[in-house]
Amino acid sequence: MNTTLFIGICYVISAALFILGLKLLGSPATARKGNIISAGAMLIAVLATLVDQHIIDYRYIAISMAAGSVIGLFIAKKVAMTAMPEMVALFNGLGGMASLLVGVAAIDAGINAFIGFTIFLSILIGGVTFTGSLIAWGKLSERLVGRPIMFKGQAIVNSVTILFMVISCFVFSGSPESTTYLYIVIALALIFGVLAVIPIGGADMPVVISLLNSYSGLAACAAGFAINNNLLIVAGSLVGASGIILTQIMCKAMNRSLSNVLLSGFSAVKSSTLSIEGEVKAISAQDAYYVLEAANTIAIIPGYGMAVAQAQHAVKELQELLEKNDAEVIYGIHPVAGRMPGHMNVLLAEADVSYDLLLEMDHINPRMENVDVAIVIGANDVVNPAARDMEGSPIYGMPVINVDKARTVFVMKRSMASGFAGIDNPLFFKDNTRMLFGDAKETLSQLIRELSN
Amino acid sequence: MEIYIFLAFILMLSIYLGFELINKVPATLHTPLMSASNAISGITLLGALIIAGRTSSPELKTIIGCAAVLLATINVIGGYAVTDRMLAMFKNKKESK
Repeated sequence: MNTTLFIGICYVISAALFILGLKLLGSPATARKGNIISAGAMLIAVLATLVDQHIIDYRYIAISMAAGSVIGLFIAKKVAMTAMPEMVALFNGLGGMASLLVGVAAIDAGINAFIGFTIFLSILIGGVTFTGSLIAWGKLSERLVGRPIMFKGQAIVNSVTILFMVISCFVFSGSPESTTYLYIVIALALIFGVLAVIPIGGADMPVVISLLNSYSGLAACAAGFAINNNLLIVAGSLVGASGIILTQIMCKAMNRSLSNVLLSGFSAVKSSTLSIEGEVKAISAQDAYYVLEAANTIAIIPGYGMAVAQAQHAVKELQELLEKNDAEVIYGIHPVAGRMPGHMNVLLAEADVSYDLLLEMDHINPRMENVDVAIVIGANDVVNPAARDMEGSPIYGMPVINVDKARTVFVMKRSMASGFAGIDNPLFFKDNTRMLFGDAKETLSQLIRELSN
Repeated sequence: MEIYIFLAFILMLSIYLGFELINKVPATLHTPLMSASNAISGITLLGALIIAGRTSSPELKTIIGCAAVLLATINVIGGYAVTDRMLAMFKNKKESK
């Protein structure tokens, strides 16, 4: 059997396993197995590729792979669960850069315009993924400011960059061997990645991360065309498709179109003239305890604040004490709570909260009227009733968790500052709302102390 | 040119398949799904390997290839490892008791 045929057969098996792995990732009970199968598929693909007759020297490969494995394992072991969003962003960026490099190295004497075009795509998408992910990583890990970064003439700079990109696409595809054009394309891709992500604010990060995830797949896909490798195309497009679906889900959860999120940097925040009536009523942890002790059904709604305060373990402890007190505790998870899709679920899983207690927005909302106490921990915009009934509010129309329908609402919050959308939250002024000011973790441990006495 | 039509077919079918596979993933698994698919996107490693090992006398392309192998390997290994770490924590009511 010749090696090309052997590699081909291995690739078919590998593609089948990738698909099976993704399928199993669709259910919490089988997800871990799915991930391992997918990793196995990758292993088969890599081993098969290594027997390729074009590879004549294994030394450099061995060194690079060994170094990469050590670094990868080290990061994966060390990273805190709360730092997961920025880590996913970082890995994404590395994948994008790898596609860019493969695209560059695929340039060879006598390639036609079509291959030139696919090389252009893999450099472009790879480069945008790389710098875009690095900016996202910087924003998520707070090395950069989280708020949208805008400057004068941004729209013009962006448009000019896009124009140059279209021109360079034609020029580069026509003569891919010219290094000058190559450098220009790489520079444009890297610059565009930065420009695309800096105007996007922290709260919109779930959309950006999903989109960059999709790009990293598409970059691999383009590289697959450039080097004529069908497994790259299959795996890359699976990732591309999954990223796009997640992006759609995130956009829907914010009632915004993708272009609205991506171009948000271009429009100034509208100032709302709507006034909110009522007053903010604070409550002490001790008084809150009396209410909780008498409650039968308690819903916990976590947000990014829980991640910042690293309060997930305290939340679990509170849940256990309340359950001991014969109360039912459920969680309401908004799709865009936190900084990445499913952020809250991972944190609560880390704290050993079983996933069947985590209800999606559509499941918890109908039950909200029967909830005695809803505890909002570090969430703001995703529980803002203005999205439901204040026409003219910037988030009007966004589906939210209707905590204000619960009999009593406790809001744990550091101060009265508004959320990331920069708007007031009428929830804080409602009659049935009580504010628990202070660090979420500290407030929780006060409650826990009261309850365990 | 025929090979590209064939590859385009593969592209079209796998995008459809991807949509179908991912559409029904519950929200609770979105993060692991993302980091697993992130690891899969490190598939570029295959291309990088061929470039890095094509010659025994290092040239510019060998260096580019090695850099790509390094980055893609971090992406693949790190991605799968961290996904496994996350998924190991997901427990339902029965398991967590």
